[in-house]
Amino acid sequence: MADFEYLSPEGLRSDGRRPQELRVLSCNISHCLQADGSAYLQQGNTRVIATVYGPHDVSRRSEAQHDKAFINCQFSMATFSTSERKKRPTGDKSCLETSLALKKTFEAAILTDTYPHSKIDIFVQILQSDGSDKAVSINAITMALIDAGIPMKDYVCATSVTLINDTPIVDLNYFEERGPGPELIVGTLPKSGKIVFLQVNSRLHIDNMEKVLKEGMNGNQRVHTILDTLIKKHLEKSILT
Amino acid sequence: MADRILSDFEISYIKQGVLADMRSDGRSCRDYRSFELRSGIVSNTSGSAEIKLERTNILVGVKAEIGQPNPLNPNKGRIEFFVDCSALASPKFEGRRGEDLGRNLAHRLSDLYENSNCIDLESLSIIPGQDCWIIYVDALVLEYSGGVLDCLSIAVKGALANTKIPKLTVIGEGEEQEIEISDNPFDSTSIDTNNVPVFVSLSLIGNQFIVDASHEEEACSLCQLSVGVNHKGSICSILKEGAGSFKHRQYNEAISLASEIGVSVIEKITLTNNTAPEKML
Repeated sequence: MADFEYLSPEGLRSDGRRPQELRVLSCNISHCLQADGSAYLQQGNTRVIATVYGPHDVSRRSEAQHDKAFINCQFSMATFSTSERKKRPTGDKSCLETSLALKKTFEAAILTDTYPHSKIDIFVQILQSDGSDKAVSINAITMALIDAGIPMKDYVCATSVTLINDTPIVDLNYFEERGPGPELIVGTLPKSGKIVFLQVNSRLHIDNMEKVLKEGMNGNQRVHTILDTLIKKHLEKSILT
Repeated sequence: MADRILSDFEISYIKQGVLADMRSDGRSCRDYRSFELRSGIVSNTSGSAEIKLERTNILVGVKAEIGQPNPLNPNKGRIEFFVDCSALASPKFEGRRGEDLGRNLAHRLSDLYENSNCIDLESLSIIPGQDCWIIYVDALVLEYSGGVLDCLSIAVKGALANTKIPKLTVIGEGEEQEIEISDNPFDSTSIDTNNVPVFVSLSLIGNQFIVDASHEEEACSLCQLSVGVNHKGSICSILKEGAGSFKHRQYNEAISLASEIGVSVIEKITLTNNTAPEKML
């Protein structure tokens, strides 16, 4: 794998994208009719379904908070989603960690004080994994929350970035994610530019941090533009029909 | 099963509809809803299929892996079923709370496949006693509302028909046998799913068995009969579920009805499998 070319001399990546180019993003809003809000989001070959139930009554007394809504998040990966079969769809360490991270992210974005004593359930499922699972999950949850009509400060958009030969590379696929570079996942509220999710895996030199982070934020702006158009199109369609 | 609470009026409306042979969605007692089956939709798998029947939505992914055969059947491969009732379908399945139902459904499927001998497991053997193909059939319930067992069996049949197993060659003899996988990814064999049965569930409402009950109808039915039917209309398995009871005469009628419906469902699966363009979700 050492001599695998992540960036060709012409400056193109293994799948033909330019370093800052995102994968094709498509989204089906209200994918599951049973849920209060749902979205099926596909970014390249990574496919995610997110559903939102609520705000509804808390299921356990201890969950009730007098001043804000309780947010519950469960991240799971279908057993067939990865190239190696997973034994369990949820409940393993990395899934729990991701669940918690997503919960904290959306606690920062949802106007939780609108719904005291209630609970919002967020469920995400990776159907097919090809890199940037967390970032794509965040984008999918945002769409599902908007579909559910839950008030938020802003969209939460996320992308993953790595650094190869001093060039920041945005929206990683599986090979790039497993590559030698560090991986930075950043989720922002695009309008205010505030960071609500940040994760860096493996070492990243402090001098490069600024560059990589900036590219991630730029990527988020582009994701925001796409998501915004998709939402507006969806609304137009649902008003007309 | 995920509960659906109905009022007394709703129950009597459904019961009277069944009596009049006109159910709430306009079907007669013998009508099956139309379903949409698509295969080859998850590229990480050896085979996959998705079924949508009204609001029930199930995704099945099949992965073929090399493993060790069961010591009791050294010259046979294995098929393992796993059903995940994900929280997406209902918050009731959150955490591990969907596991019981999932395990139950997986068990039903593996029983059906084992008892009907529908797949030639010997063709999945590579080196007897040493290596065989293990076919992992993983189902994911994305939306849950009625007819889950039926949908599951249809989707699994669709996914298995779509499954491609890489061609292997065994090199060497005796103890030192080695497996070599063909370099060409298109060089593959498929599984013969012709004999694979599907489940047809009949629900007893009042004194009448109905086919393909909706979520509401399931909720007011006291007893269900799930019948495994293959393409010839032969019965491969029967299981009565629920607290109700029925008469012998009704049973005979129900079985012949199931066999008839089963054949038509399988015909539809074969038709979609042969004509389906491999479309994305």
